[in-house]
Amino acid sequence: MPVTTLEGHEVHVDAEGFLTDLSEWDDELATVLAAQIGLTLTDEHRAVLTFLRDDFAQRGETATLRRASAGSGVSVKDLFRLFPQKPAKKMAYVAGLPKPVGCV
Amino acid sequence: MTRHVVVLGAGTAGTMLVNKLRRRLDDTWKITVVDRDDAHPYQPGFLFVPFGGPTDDLVRSRHAFVHDGVELVLEAVDRVDVAAQEVLLLDGRLLPYDYLVIASGVTLRPDQTPGMLGPEWRRSIFDFYTLDGAKALATALRGFRRGRLVVHVTDVPIKCPVAPLEFTFLADDWLRRRGLRSHTELVFVTPMDGAFTKPVASERLGSMLSDRDVVVEADFLVERIEGRSLVSYDGREVPFDLLVTVPLHMGAEFVTRSGLGDELGFVPVDKHTLQSTADPRIFAVGDASDIPTSKAGSVAHFSVDVLVDNLVELAAGRPMTHSFDGHANCFVESGDRKALLLDFNYETEPLPGTFPVPYVGPMSLLKESRANHLGKLAFQWVYWNVLLPGRPIPLAPAMSMVGKQNPVSTS
Repeated sequence: MPVTTLEGHEVHVDAEGFLTDLSEWDDELATVLAAQIGLTLTDEHRAVLTFLRDDFAQRGETATLRRASAGSGVSVKDLFRLFPQKPAKKMAYVAGLPKPVGCV
Repeated sequence: MTRHVVVLGAGTAGTMLVNKLRRRLDDTWKITVVDRDDAHPYQPGFLFVPFGGPTDDLVRSRHAFVHDGVELVLEAVDRVDVAAQEVLLLDGRLLPYDYLVIASGVTLRPDQTPGMLGPEWRRSIFDFYTLDGAKALATALRGFRRGRLVVHVTDVPIKCPVAPLEFTFLADDWLRRRGLRSHTELVFVTPMDGAFTKPVASERLGSMLSDRDVVVEADFLVERIEGRSLVSYDGREVPFDLLVTVPLHMGAEFVTRSGLGDELGFVPVDKHTLQSTADPRIFAVGDASDIPTSKAGSVAHFSVDVLVDNLVELAAGRPMTHSFDGHANCFVESGDRKALLLDFNYETEPLPGTFPVPYVGPMSLLKESRANHLGKLAFQWVYWNVLLPGRPIPLAPAMSMVGKQNPVSTS
């Protein structure tokens, strides 16, 4: 896996830039990752990220938008406001998790 | 003293489970399987029905496949009383259990998308995941002349995640054979970021849709249907003349009523043992569980083998020692009487190679071939005659890496 440096943070990423080592993630890196895609994190964002991280730790799979909404209490509509255009992918990217995938 | 295993659902997973378990547990164990009806569908066959495929032999009586030593109860489940270790049936009967296995699959929920069940349902909006839907779609396709044919996945997880792709390939082939393809815009709408999401499959198969002039509308999460348009949460609209949708999938409602389900009513379990995270006497197998692999018959089959071994150990008072690896094995019809074959598990994405015999085949993995197509057709006989009765077939539950090639380094 390629190693890249984001504002002084050395991290392992896949071909699309998603973190591949969960343990390299922290709150500060989340801010850096968010800035990469033009987002400024608020408490609303962080509530979603916290749910995604906890959920992944339990299930080993990145939550869908529907699950993230049910689990964080943020409506799907608001997820689109907080992470515009491609919320599922953007949420996973900022949370340092793999993007949601199908079986092929 | 008689002890009792109760299985809820006599579909693919539940039927195989009780039949295999009956052969392994002695007479001190009573086995009961509950289903609300006596119609066991062969669901892979539904895919061909919209294109004029046979509809006979797609549904058989559940009774015929349940071992004589297993009690089959035909009644709906009201709820599971976890504290009392009892299942309450809708007619008031109580079934106490020592171990409970939830195998109630998924339920299609078109009612969960506003506008889906409106005036256009089964007029211009169809599904092919039910036999009625597939038959209605066959009639609609016979009258189809031109326009926008949209194939749509509401959300994941769904049963047989490749089925919408297969439908798209078969529709392209069917339209070409009728000289209608040039008058048809074929669109594939998915909530994922593409039709193919795994690296090796994307690289190998990514062109299968563009080669067929199929437009892909990705990252599309439908909020509602208005008239003849899908409308997404971010305000995009996809108009259609004919919509073939895969409605939202949820677990059985009794699962949620019993407090055993997640937000979609799937049962959270340990992905290696299928044991409920809520109660150690409860397991979920087949589509009803939340394990992160495909909802597919092959997964049901492989995981049933592991679950049977573990239940036999528990019955003997020993700890469980068997672990499920998420193994799935799926045929993908690609049109022109060809098919692909996928073989993967929790850790390993679908890779090219040969199956079932390494380097020999006769089937090829992640590649179109006639042999794969014939394999898919032959499978219906295997399903009714070998798999459901729980007869052994020479495929180990765990996935094998032998005979697979990994063209993309993932380390």
